[in-house]
Order: sequence, then structure tokens, then C-alpha cells
Amino acid sequence: MATLSTSNEPFLTRIKESEADKFMQKSVAKAQDAQWEKRPASRKELGHWEDWRNLGEQIRQHVIKYLPDYLEEFSDNVEKRGGHVFFAQTDKDAVAYIKKIAQQKQAHKIVKSKSMVTTEINLDKELLKLPDTSVLETDLAEFILEEDNWDEPTHIVFPTLHKNRDQIRKIFQKLGYKGSNEPGEMAKFARHYLRRSFLEADLGITGCNFAIADQGMINLVTNEGNADLTMAIPDTQVVVMGMERIVPSLKEAEVMDNMLSRSAVGQKLTSYCTFAGPQTADESDGPKDFYVVILDNGRSKALGTDFEPALQCIRCGSCLNVCPVYRHIGGHGYGSIYPGPIGAVLSPILGGYEKFKDLPFACSLNAACTDTCPVKIPLHKLLIKHREVMMDKMKIDHSFNNVLMKGAGVATATPIVFNIALKGGYLGSAPLAKKSKTSVDNFFHYGHIEWAPSLAKGWTDVRSLPRPAKGSENFRSWYKKHQAAKQAQAKEEHDNG
Amino acid sequence: MKVAIFSTCIVDLMFPNIGQAMVEVLERFGCETSFPSKQICCGQPTYNSGYHKETQKVFHNEVDALMSSDADYIVGPAGSCVAMLREYKNLLKDDPQYADKAAAMADKTYEFSQFLYRILGVRDAGAQLDAVATYHRSCHMTRLLRERQAPYELLSNVKDLQVVPLPRAENCCGFGGTFSVKEPQISRQMVDEKVNDILSTKASVLISADPSCLMNIAGRFSRRNEKIKIMHIAEVLNHNVDPARIRFADQPVNV
Ligand code: SF4
Repeated sequence: MATLSTSNEPFLTRIKESEADKFMQKSVAKAQDAQWEKRPASRKELGHWEDWRNLGEQIRQHVIKYLPDYLEEFSDNVEKRGGHVFFAQTDKDAVAYIKKIAQQKQAHKIVKSKSMVTTEINLDKELLKLPDTSVLETDLAEFILEEDNWDEPTHIVFPTLHKNRDQIRKIFQKLGYKGSNEPGEMAKFARHYLRRSFLEADLGITGCNFAIADQGMINLVTNEGNADLTMAIPDTQVVVMGMERIVPSLKEAEVMDNMLSRSAVGQKLTSYCTFAGPQTADESDGPKDFYVVILDNGRSKALGTDFEPALQCIRCGSCLNVCPVYRHIGGHGYGSIYPGPIGAVLSPILGGYEKFKDLPFACSLNAACTDTCPVKIPLHKLLIKHREVMMDKMKIDHSFNNVLMKGAGVATATPIVFNIALKGGYLGSAPLAKKSKTSVDNFFHYGHIEWAPSLAKGWTDVRSLPRPAKGSENFRSWYKKHQAAKQAQAKEEHDNG
Repeated sequence: MKVAIFSTCIVDLMFPNIGQAMVEVLERFGCETSFPSKQICCGQPTYNSGYHKETQKVFHNEVDALMSSDADYIVGPAGSCVAMLREYKNLLKDDPQYADKAAAMADKTYEFSQFLYRILGVRDAGAQLDAVATYHRSCHMTRLLRERQAPYELLSNVKDLQVVPLPRAENCCGFGGTFSVKEPQISRQMVDEKVNDILSTKASVLISADPSCLMNIAGRFSRRNEKIKIMHIAEVLNHNVDPARIRFADQPVNV
């Protein structure tokens, strides 16, 4: 299945399943820890990273602001080169158009390179419905997912982060692989298997990292070079891109590519960076027929709203790589092909609050994402925005005690964790408090609470809660006495002096 | 120098000892403190939960309260809450009545260790603590307030204190305000990893400049029955102080 949503299970069930998947958790943690080293190092190498970020932000903001103009310029230039452009309002429009091309060209062997947007529109499965048609994912990770009965990607840059080498070996054995679980050997097998298909393919489908408006060209960045083959060999080429994936000229593409690979994988430039369009008279390869499908599918809903910055995203995945929530719940936990911080921001925009209402709340607002984003999307602030829309504007009661929470805001502004304190503080908490010793006694001066009702239950399910101070011993009471003592002392000094 | 104390609701209600230590340190350095008594809370719990309309009143109250004195600075013992007061500048920028006042407030608000280090120029607070400790840098202190230096420098000069690095210091402890209450299943996994990382350092003391992170981590230590001593940085800098050791930025090390 892979549309935007990857699961019909409730959020809590997905989290539990993720926690049970210790392999997944370990491999995400390992990848994150490795990237915490590599990414800053490769950015530092570039120098003046904050200036680069400002530039990246400006470029992306500028493009989004003048998006209609740039889209027009881009499509004019693609057409000037002899290519065709189709604007698809929805996933269905895009799929129908691409199917039509496949039929017109009588394409039966389709090869694809990695593209999140084709996953978003469920393109592979739809194409397979055409008679006598095979679809082959040529990106190694996507190939593994395909061969594993179209498993869902769990990361936007490393789609198979949740799979271990033994699992992959098993998948390959179904294709006749007899080797070990050694990644290099398995990759070799896959490459051999895939190369054959390239030569036979009659239609190639790719995504697009950046569309260059003034050239009418597509910029693709990959690690494996498979996208280049997908573009170079088949006669017909379809590029599918989100409508926001555009830059004014090659100059800006160069800036963005530089930031993209350092942010995505912590390396200078990924191994293959291609700029392509239809085959020209003096070229020996490249597609003869070149189609670009520009997809809206809900993106324009963000234009002109507080959520517009989400469209600046260049899909580097670094916000996933720093996210402590993604670290534990993984891609599966989010239930969207766009997981992690950008997924929690984007999924409700594209797929609606009904389906993705849990995601904006599944965040501790630690801002690691905002801090790392190469194009400075204020991700954690956009998550708070989503919460505002749901709570203030749509009044979706997010399975939480609305009345009490609002009470906290209006009456006392005291956090609900301290609900107990609020309801009478030290005295009110007496029935719940224990005086017995704890292992952190120096911090729990007034006793501890091991179980609390209603709002504070989520807290005490996991942690002990220190008992609040006695009213006569809370900070403001102490301060009053402290001031009085100081004044008395000053008076005494004055009288004596 | 006049300093208004921004106690934060958590210190006010739960951890008076942290507030006391902060006031004592500030007064030791000659600050004339005051406590604007109408202050309640910075408003993060409701604002971050999405109740923005209701929170406006909280913002207004906090601005009025903290700006009610003629203090030169406002100082608080929590990086997160201080970052929120600074954010008022943005949050209230379209509020005709409060925009200017909020901006003026934000500009003179500092987190405790930041104030010592950057405004008073303290390098050695004169404290002594014979312990091996590790430091939890809170996310809001480092990423929103962007203070990544002051607490480390001040701690590095505490006599007899050895601060060992905390692995994966960049990861959130899982507090996240209402997140800890609403999403206990995720929060538990985060705080567990933090507890494990702290244990791996073999430190006997955990220090931080954010009481709410400490409350979260301490609560999990307690639940897991693992022993640790928890100290706010103000308590550390107020421990066994010998005024002869106090040193400022403009003084050479060996005086
Ligand atoms: S939101 Fe920023 S960090 Fe996350 S994938 Fe997009 S560009 Fe990268």
C-alpha cells in the first residue's frame, strides 16, 4: 500500500510495535549516533554553516513566494527543449497521466529510481495493474522493499533503516541469491540483477531533487548512480516532482546540492549528481520523450498560511536523524511515508488532521530538528501551530482533559504536571504522598508520589513525582522571610551605625 | 545592580532550595534582588499544548508582573522558561498594548548561569564540591536560548569538582512539558536512555540548569531505584563558597 498513510493501526499500537522491534530501534540509534559525528564535521568543512543556512532559507523562501512564476518559467523551458509538462492536482491525476503514457508508449518494462513522491501517489502498484507490465525499483533500498512484498519505507533518505542484513539476505534468496549476509556481496548481487533490467527497460521513472527553472532541467542526487541509468537508457522518461521542488537557476541548485548531501549523509557531494533533460541532437543518450509531472496533492494548501515554510523542505532527512522521538518510534510509529519532524508537520497538511492528529503531539519540542534544518524551517514551532489549529480553532479534544487544561491557562497558568500542587499543594497531595526513602532523596525533600490520578497519571506511570513544598516553605514564602531578615539587619546596621 | 527574580512556577512550588541558592549567589555578587509577587508562570504548558487564546492572559500577567519593578535585569533558574520569556518578543509582537513592553522585558531577561557568566563576568564563583558529576544540557537552554558555554565554564572552575562528559548529551531527556504526561510511552523510552547514559558515566551527581529536566530524570531514577544525587547549577555554585576563590573575567587566573 503506499500512499501517504502507511498504517491503519492506532497510534498507540504503532508505538508499542516499534518498541518491540528492538532491531529497528538499535539500527536507528546507531545511524543517528553516526550522523551526529559525520554531519557536523562535513558542514564544518564547508565553513560558515550558519551563513549557508541563511542563504538556503532565502533561496527556498524566495522560490515558494514566487512559485507560480517559477513553475511557469520551468515548464516553458522544458517545452522549449521538446519535453512535456503536466500539472497534477491530485495523486489520481498524476497516476492516470503516467499510466496513459505507459500505454501510449506500449511500455512493459518500467524501471524506477528512488522517489518519495511516487511512493506518495502509490505509483508502483498502480502501474502494475496495467497488463503485462513489470516495475522495478533500482535504488538498492527501494529494491529491497519492493522484493519484500512492497514493504513501507521508514526513512526518507534511508528507506530500509528498519531492516537487518539477515532479513535482506532472506529477501534476496527468493531471487536466487546464495551468498552470505555481507552487505557488499548482497549489493553486488542486486546490482547484477538490476543492470540486466536497465537494458531491457522501455520507460524510466525518477523523482527530482531540484528542477532548474531557467534551464528546464532536472537535478538528481543519488548515491548509487542508478538514477542516471534510469534516465539515460530507456527511450521514455517520466519525472515526478512535488510542485515546490524548484530552484531559479544552476547557481542555486549548486548551493542546495552542497547543503543537501552534507545534511543527508554527512558527506561532501553524493556520488552522483546529474542534471538532465530530453536528449538533444548532439547527445548519444538520454530520453527521446521526456515528461515532467508536477504534483500538488495538497501542497498548495500550505501556501500563504503559517505552514508555508514546510514547503522549503529539501528532503535531506537530517531532522529525522536528530529526532529523539523518531529514534524510538521509527518510521512505522508515524504511520506516514513522511516520518520524523518534517513528517509530523507535513502529513497533517497533505493528509488532514483526522488521519494524522497524533503526530504534532508526539514531540517533546526539543528543537533539535529546527536547529539542524539546512533551510531553517521552524519545525517545532510549526508543530505547536498544528496544536493550536486543533485545540483553539477546530476544538479537537486530543484525548486530554480540555477543561482542566484550559483551567490551568485561565485561572492559574500552572502546568498540569503540578496539578496536584495546584489542588492544594502539600496538603492536597497528602493522601498520595509517601515518606519512604527514594534513590534520589536529596531532590525529593517533601516526599514522593508514586501514583496520581487524572492528568498527572501519565507522569506517575513512568516516574515518581516529588511532593510539592509546604506552603510555608515554598520559594515565595522563603523569599519573604529572607527579605524581612535582610531589612531587619539593614535597620540594625543603620541604627547602630 | 537590581535584579528581579523570575522564580518559575516549578521552583516556586516544588524546589524552593533552587531558588534560595540562586538568590544567595546573586546577592553574594552584590545584586539587589526583588521578587515580583504577581508572577505565576511563563505560559509554556498551555501555549505549547495549543491553547493560544487562553495563554495570552498568562503572557500579559507575566509581563506586567516582571516589569512592575525598576530592576535592571530579570534572572531565572531555568533555561527553558527564560527562553520562553525571550520568545515573548515574537509572540506578542502584534499585540499593540504589550509589544514594546514584552520586547523590553525579553531584552533584560537572563538564565542564572548565563547572567553570572555574561553580565557579571564571573568565572569562578568560589564554590567547592568534592564529586564526580555529569551535566545535562537542556535542549531549550542550548537550542532556544543558545547558551552553550556559561554553565560548562562555571562548573569547570568549581574546586574539586570533576565533570565527566555525558554521552549523547544532545538527546532530549523526554520531559517536553505536557509531552511527558500525554505521551508517557514515548517519554519513558527517552528518559530511560538518558538514565542509562548518565549511569554509564559513573558520576555520583547530576547537574543541570533546568529544574524540569531534573525533575523528569530524577523521577525516573527514583522509579528505577537507581541512586544519584541531583543538583541544580545554582546549588553547586552556592556550595562551600570561599570568597577568596571568586574570580572575574577581567582577572588573571593566578591572583
Ligand atoms: S525539514 Fe529541513 S531537516 Fe527536515 S528533511 Fe526537510 S530540509 Fe531536511
